[in-house]
Amino acid sequence: MSGVKSSQKGQKRLGSLFVNGVLILICLIWLIPTIGVFITSFRNSEDIYSSGWWTVFPHRGWVKVEEIRVPESVDVDQPFEIAGITADFATLRQGVTTPDGRKITWIGNKRSRLVVVEEKRWVGFSARLTLDNYRDTLSGKEIRFRDASGNEITRKGNNLGGAFLNSIAVAVPSTIIPILIAAFAAYGFAWLNFPGRKVLFTLVVALLVVPLQIALVPILRDYTQLNLNGTYLAMWLAHTGFGLPLAVYLLFNYIGSLPRDILESAFIDGASHFTIFTRLILPLSIPALASFAIFQFLWVWNDYLVALVFLGDQNRVVTSALAAMVGEKGQDWHLLTSGAFVSMILPLTVFFALQRYFVRGLMAGSVKG
Amino acid sequence: MQSQPRVNALNQLVNWLTTGVGRILVSLFVPFVTFLVLWRGFIFLRDSNAPQLIIVLVAIVWGVGGVALLYGVSNWLVEKLSGEWVRRLQPFIFIGPAVAILFWYLFLPTIRTLVLSFQDGLGRNFVGIQNYIFAFTDRVMLEAFRNNLLWMILGTGFSVGLGLLIAVLADRTPLEKVYKAIIFMPMAISFVGAGVIWKFVYAYRGEGVGIQEIGLLNAIVIALGGKSQPWLLLPPINNLFLIVIMIWLQTGYAMVILSSAIKGIPSELLEAARVDGANEFQVFFQIMVPTIQSTLLTVTTTIVIFSLKLFDIVRVMTGGNYGTNVIANEFYLQQFTYNHSGRASAIAIVLLIAVIPVMIYNLRQFRERRAF
Repeated sequence: MSGVKSSQKGQKRLGSLFVNGVLILICLIWLIPTIGVFITSFRNSEDIYSSGWWTVFPHRGWVKVEEIRVPESVDVDQPFEIAGITADFATLRQGVTTPDGRKITWIGNKRSRLVVVEEKRWVGFSARLTLDNYRDTLSGKEIRFRDASGNEITRKGNNLGGAFLNSIAVAVPSTIIPILIAAFAAYGFAWLNFPGRKVLFTLVVALLVVPLQIALVPILRDYTQLNLNGTYLAMWLAHTGFGLPLAVYLLFNYIGSLPRDILESAFIDGASHFTIFTRLILPLSIPALASFAIFQFLWVWNDYLVALVFLGDQNRVVTSALAAMVGEKGQDWHLLTSGAFVSMILPLTVFFALQRYFVRGLMAGSVKG
Repeated sequence: MQSQPRVNALNQLVNWLTTGVGRILVSLFVPFVTFLVLWRGFIFLRDSNAPQLIIVLVAIVWGVGGVALLYGVSNWLVEKLSGEWVRRLQPFIFIGPAVAILFWYLFLPTIRTLVLSFQDGLGRNFVGIQNYIFAFTDRVMLEAFRNNLLWMILGTGFSVGLGLLIAVLADRTPLEKVYKAIIFMPMAISFVGAGVIWKFVYAYRGEGVGIQEIGLLNAIVIALGGKSQPWLLLPPINNLFLIVIMIWLQTGYAMVILSSAIKGIPSELLEAARVDGANEFQVFFQIMVPTIQSTLLTVTTTIVIFSLKLFDIVRVMTGGNYGTNVIANEFYLQQFTYNHSGRASAIAIVLLIAVIPVMIYNLRQFRERRAF
């Protein structure tokens, strides 16, 4: 009996080991790309092009231990003896690994007569890390950096610092304004009586199906006529319009389910609808407002299409600045990686600080059109 | 004694202000001042050369405060009227702005886009269904449809499948929260940011003496004895490398929803099956999956919609070149690169029609699930 039990226990332990193993593997796959970008963003620009980011971790790599000048008297077309082995120029040029684990390589052309002996050793304890990439990526002025071969390169910075501020100027009102308007409307639909209430509400919810793309072209024409392109106001209104159906729908569900007694007793006390709404309903709805706020804020912060169409090159936000950077500086990985992190820092902070609201908000927002 | 006349005058003024003509004047004066303040703010934001930080702060205060002010003032005006009128007009203060904005930004554009889709590139002449013929027969569009189908099937399949796997496995470990947070994290990242992250994974430096691959994928391939490749330039498999990004982004979403559905399955049900001798696979396929079927379907449809409208990833990674074009990117190209609003509108309408049935199903499910 006890034998059976212990084998069951063993099986269980094996099972949990397997489950955790699979999960850890998946989590590593999920994390490693981001970690790579994170590490790269702190590396020296020269290093980024000469070695992968994983080399900052201690690992066994080839380290030069000896440089040998081959004397002029040696005929390098014939096999000759060097550092304990015998080989000719062609083989040495490819690199020869000796039985005792050294690598011997001829550097350069035949005339250089330079041979390097390398050994595997633990390296990577002294990675050169720097904050310069962030300074360069945030700046809108001329920036200088060194490429792989040490040449100095001058570029115009992409001003991600300014883009970050623009993103805040776009995202904060684009979050609060639709919430305010939607909360008013939700209260109206839930607690006020007026002709056409049901029809209007159905229409509002039906607009959830309209994809963004439908609205872009006509609205862009209106903006061109009103001279609104490139302004914050244009972005606020657009995000308000595109976010409203979902916001009204969610807040209606919440505000409509608040107990009727609260309203009635306030009404008897002589409060107007406006007072009830601002003093009573808004504070009571904070959980719903917070969930939607987080969803909308992230949606706006991470949005690229709307910013691309309505802002163009004026007042660039982080996503469009980063995308422009990918286009202009596709190989400047020290700038791209630090830029990517600048664009991610705020959403990630929100995510880790308010995880529960965050998940709830995203779940609720998943029906957005 | 001297202040007596002044008090009288003040009383008179107050009287005058709260009755008749005065009241009307005040009612006109307040909206006028409100309008003036908002207009000055608009001009300041448009023309000012102040430091950016100040402009940003002013913009936020102006934008948010302005909307609140408009509600406050218009309500104040309405509440000045008699009780009957208040009851009649107040609902429109509450729902009016929302309805007006939705009318301008979503309802009207749908009709305008529909009209545009029957017109030529500049929106001058009607051309019948020519744009739709383009949308369904052009080589470029067919390629985009094929790719969207790939995104839909592979992207959705893997996101939901992996999400389900992780949800089931994580349910049995004490570290569930940590695992789930890690898988969910990419949902906080923009598609553009995700594009940069994965572009770096796929980076290709070319061949030559002394060139080290700095992209993770090529480094792994070389370590396994293969040759480095420019992964994003190789049709048709470059589509798969882009779809990986979507899976990376969306699995967390599927996982969280499915996980809460799995937690909702009564444990007696699972225990009973196990006591009857069902193994874990049977429990999974014959009890869990049927029980959470409707949630599975909702998650799937939501991700299908996402894959239909996908734009940013393709735009940032390849711009739709090298055989990776998708519908939403072709919409963008037609409108903003080729300036053909007719074709762009037709594509948008096709997108709308493709999304509607899925969306209606989702909304119906959503109401049953109750988000808050």
